[in-house]
Formats: sequence, C-alpha cells, structure tokens
Amino acid sequence: MSELKVINPGMLSLVQDAGRHGFHNIGVTTGGPFDSYSAYWANRLCENSLSAACLEILVGGLILESQATTQMAITGAVVPIKINDAKVEVWSTHNIVPGDRISIGNATAGCRAYLAVAGGIQCPLIFGSASTVVRERLGGLHKDGKALEKGDSLPCSDSQATAIRTVPEQYRPQFDMDVTEIRLVMGYQQDLFKPEQLDQFFTTVYTISPNSDRMGYRLEGPAIPHSNKQMLSEGICLGAVQLPADGQPIILLCDRQTIGGYPKLGSVFSQDIAKLAQLMPGRKIHFKPMDLNQAQILLRQSKQ
Amino acid sequence: MNKDFPKIIVAGENSLIVYFSERPCEKTSSLIAHTASQLQKKLNHNLIDLVPSYHSLLVTYNAIEVEHSVLESYINNAISSWSSDIKTQIGRHIELPVYYSLESGPDLQRLADHAKLTIDEAISVHQQSEYTVYAMGFAPGFAYLGEIDTRIAIPRLATPRANVPMGAVAIADRQTAIYPAQSPGGWNLIGLCPTVMFDPNQQPSTLVEVGDRVSFRAIDRHEFIQLGGKEQLLSGEKQ
Repeated sequence: MSELKVINPGMLSLVQDAGRHGFHNIGVTTGGPFDSYSAYWANRLCENSLSAACLEILVGGLILESQATTQMAITGAVVPIKINDAKVEVWSTHNIVPGDRISIGNATAGCRAYLAVAGGIQCPLIFGSASTVVRERLGGLHKDGKALEKGDSLPCSDSQATAIRTVPEQYRPQFDMDVTEIRLVMGYQQDLFKPEQLDQFFTTVYTISPNSDRMGYRLEGPAIPHSNKQMLSEGICLGAVQLPADGQPIILLCDRQTIGGYPKLGSVFSQDIAKLAQLMPGRKIHFKPMDLNQAQILLRQSKQ
Repeated sequence: MNKDFPKIIVAGENSLIVYFSERPCEKTSSLIAHTASQLQKKLNHNLIDLVPSYHSLLVTYNAIEVEHSVLESYINNAISSWSSDIKTQIGRHIELPVYYSLESGPDLQRLADHAKLTIDEAISVHQQSEYTVYAMGFAPGFAYLGEIDTRIAIPRLATPRANVPMGAVAIADRQTAIYPAQSPGGWNLIGLCPTVMFDPNQQPSTLVEVGDRVSFRAIDRHEFIQLGGKEQLLSGEKQ
C-alpha cells in the first residue's frame, strides 16, 4: 500500500465517502460530502466508485507529499493548486509520482474543495463508512472522528499514469451569485405557519451566520415571530429548515442531530445543499418553494 | 383509532413522516415498531433510514426507485395489518445499575430540594418506575426515557455544562437519560451508570433501542467501581 503524507492539514480537511446510512435509529448521523456534486465529479474523474473516500478541504492550506504513483483530481471551490512548482487546474486529473508535493492554496471562489485519488483513500470503516463526523467522534483515518493532522498518512493504491481527464466547463458550478436561490421542498409543520409568515420567509434575503458548519447553517434576517408550540422530538431529514423561538431559521445539514423538536417548514432540495456547501458565512441566500413532484422529477432526470 | 391519525406528511424530497397519535403511548410504540419492520421488508435496499420517535416515524427512501404514493400504501397496509395481539419484537427489559450520590450526581441535592424530598426519597422515586425508550438521538446511543414521576421533574440547566461525564444519569423535565459519552449537556445529573451504553466497535453498538423498557437499580460506590465505573469521575464530595 502506498500513501500520501500530510505535511499541512490546512484549516479543516476531512475524509468523506458516501456517508453512514441505516443508523439514524440509534442516533448516528450521515456525514458524507457537504457538496456531493463536486465530490461525485472528483471520484468520477479518477474512475472511482462513487462511494470511494475522498477529502473535503475547507478553504485550503492542505499540503500533501506523495509516496505513490497515482492520479488525483481536485474539484469544488476554485483553489490555486501547485504540484511541486507547477500550477495546475481544478476539475481535472493529474498524474502524480513519488516525491511530488501537492499544495492547495486558499479558495478564491466557493469554499470547499474535494480531492480524490485513483482507487480512493483506503480507510477503515465504522458503521459502514469512512466519513468523518467530528462531533460524534466517528470515522476518518483512525475511526475517531478527527480531521486530518500533520504527519497523517493517507493509504492509497498505485495506479499507472493515464491521459488527463477534465470536467467540461458547462458542468462546473458557478460561485459568483450575489444571492443564491435555494429551493425548499415544502413539508413538515408548514401548516403551523400563517401565510404572512411564509411570505416573509420567502421574500427575505438571509445572510449565513458565522456560527455555521456541517451540522447546520444558521441564517440571519428579520425574525419571523411565531408561537413556540411545544413539540415532541421527531426525525430530521437532510436539509430540514427549522424555526426556533428566536425566529431565525437553521438549515440542518450532513452532520445534523437525527432528532429535534423545533417546527420545520420543509427541506432544502439536495442539489441546492451542494450550493450551500460553497457559501461562506456572510454570503446571501433566498428561498423558493418547491413541491415534492417537481423535486422528484428533477432527481430522476439527474440520474439519467 | 382517532380519524386524524395516522397522518403521513412530506418531510423532504426523499423523506416522509408518519404521525401515529397525538401523544406517545404503548399502542403507538408498538405501531411504530410494527410499521418500521414492515417497511424494512417491503422497501429492502430502497430504504435509506428510519427514525422512530415518541409518536412518529421518519422514513427516508430511494425516491428514484420508489414513488411517494407507493410508499404511502405500504405504510397504510402496515398500519392496518397491526392488531393488538401482534407480538412485535419490542419491549425487552433492561435493568441498569446506578450509583446515586452527591459525589456522582452534582445536581442531586438541588433536585431533591426542588422536589421537597430527601435525597433518598428522590432516588427511590427515580427507581420505582419502568421507563420506555421513546427515541434515540442528540448523540449516538443517547436514549430518551420517559416519563418520570412529576415529583422529580425539573427543567434543564439555564447554562449547559461544557463537560458531562460518560455514564451520567440525568433528568430534564419528565425525561431521563444516560450520557453514552462525555459531551456538553444541560440535563440535571443525579448519578453515574458504569454500564457502557454505546460502543461503535461492538455489534450491536447500543445497549438499548427504541421500544425497550429500562429500569434502574441503586448500587453503592464499591459496586460501581467493581462494575467498571471510573473512580476519577467521582468528585470526592461526601455522600
């Protein structure tokens, strides 16, 4: 087994695969890549299985030294990448030989980059997944939920050099919107809210709060006053938008708690969760309602 | 069954939530368990996740393969196939040892004062009932047990502790729980349980699951240590 040495882990670099499924009933959350679209392309460029483990790199700062002959692909945020002293492109594969030093600088657009290697990072699985959930102390290289640290080794297999593969421009996401539109599949306790409260929700431009992470994005905007009805805790699905008593919405994400007792308006459409993953605190979003049929039609189209 | 229930509501693009009754009760717990096991058989690999909780069941499914309306019919069929004599595999009884004391339960005195009971009385009220596991969440293996006697019910702390030790036995409102791992937490701590509640490297990884029943048995300091309880978790305060 070859490996990639972590010279500098950067701000927060996490091993992620397709996530943990089937364990919500005992309180174990999903994890997995926040921007699943970019992670999909990183694996696809390397001709990996779509559940292969890759790295989710927040902002940048990661430096790896290869002891492997392999290919690598970096997708997601626009980050400056250097292999030794040569600048290389995002959304493309690169042939790597032992001794190569791969440096990922800070993102200039978007904020999460995904790095895949041919064959995937070989990680032990816990609850069927290598995904790192820091809060649950599960997953990652050592199964204990730790982010990458200086001195870690990422085991991988050797793979012969191949022709460079690149994702065509039209499939790459755009990050330059002033306000990003986020579609919300209506559901849960939407009936608890009055039409004027829903109106306010869908016409407000929200700012992403600094207090946001893979567990949840807190939003800042004019508070939506509502009667804080006592609710029994219930299951929370990916992207659920809850409205606690302070009237500021929270979008619950990949590392969310599995149950909770605040009223919810529905859940963000999965293709837009990938967009949220690329928005830093301070960026702006607004919501657009979507019904279940539209969402499921788009889902089926995207898989064809 | 009340005509308002069951209620099947959209939760997200690939999730729906079923409400079985207004309030949790024994029949609802059995219906949730029965529906969950029927859906496991019907959906098989198209089932992604199930979250049973108090009076509801969240179902996450492969929406590319399964139509929402088909899933609704599975759920309605599962519910109508339930009858009171169905012996669903719920209701295992588990007894857990607890070392209740001032050195293992920093909020025990305050809870007793709040309840206008002696410490021994408060401990005995906590032990006298059998509790249902209504839900699991907050952290892996964290089981919400209810409902406790109103006499020992007490609100959460105004400021949560940064560190609640693993095994802490706690109360919030009419619920009780054991912290499966060290974590922040705002519940009132009344004792320590030496039994491991969650071990990701074991199969099964949790000692209890939703629908089980739990009761508590008081143990002394000596037995706590013998059962694997860690002495350094005790504050050294006199009992």
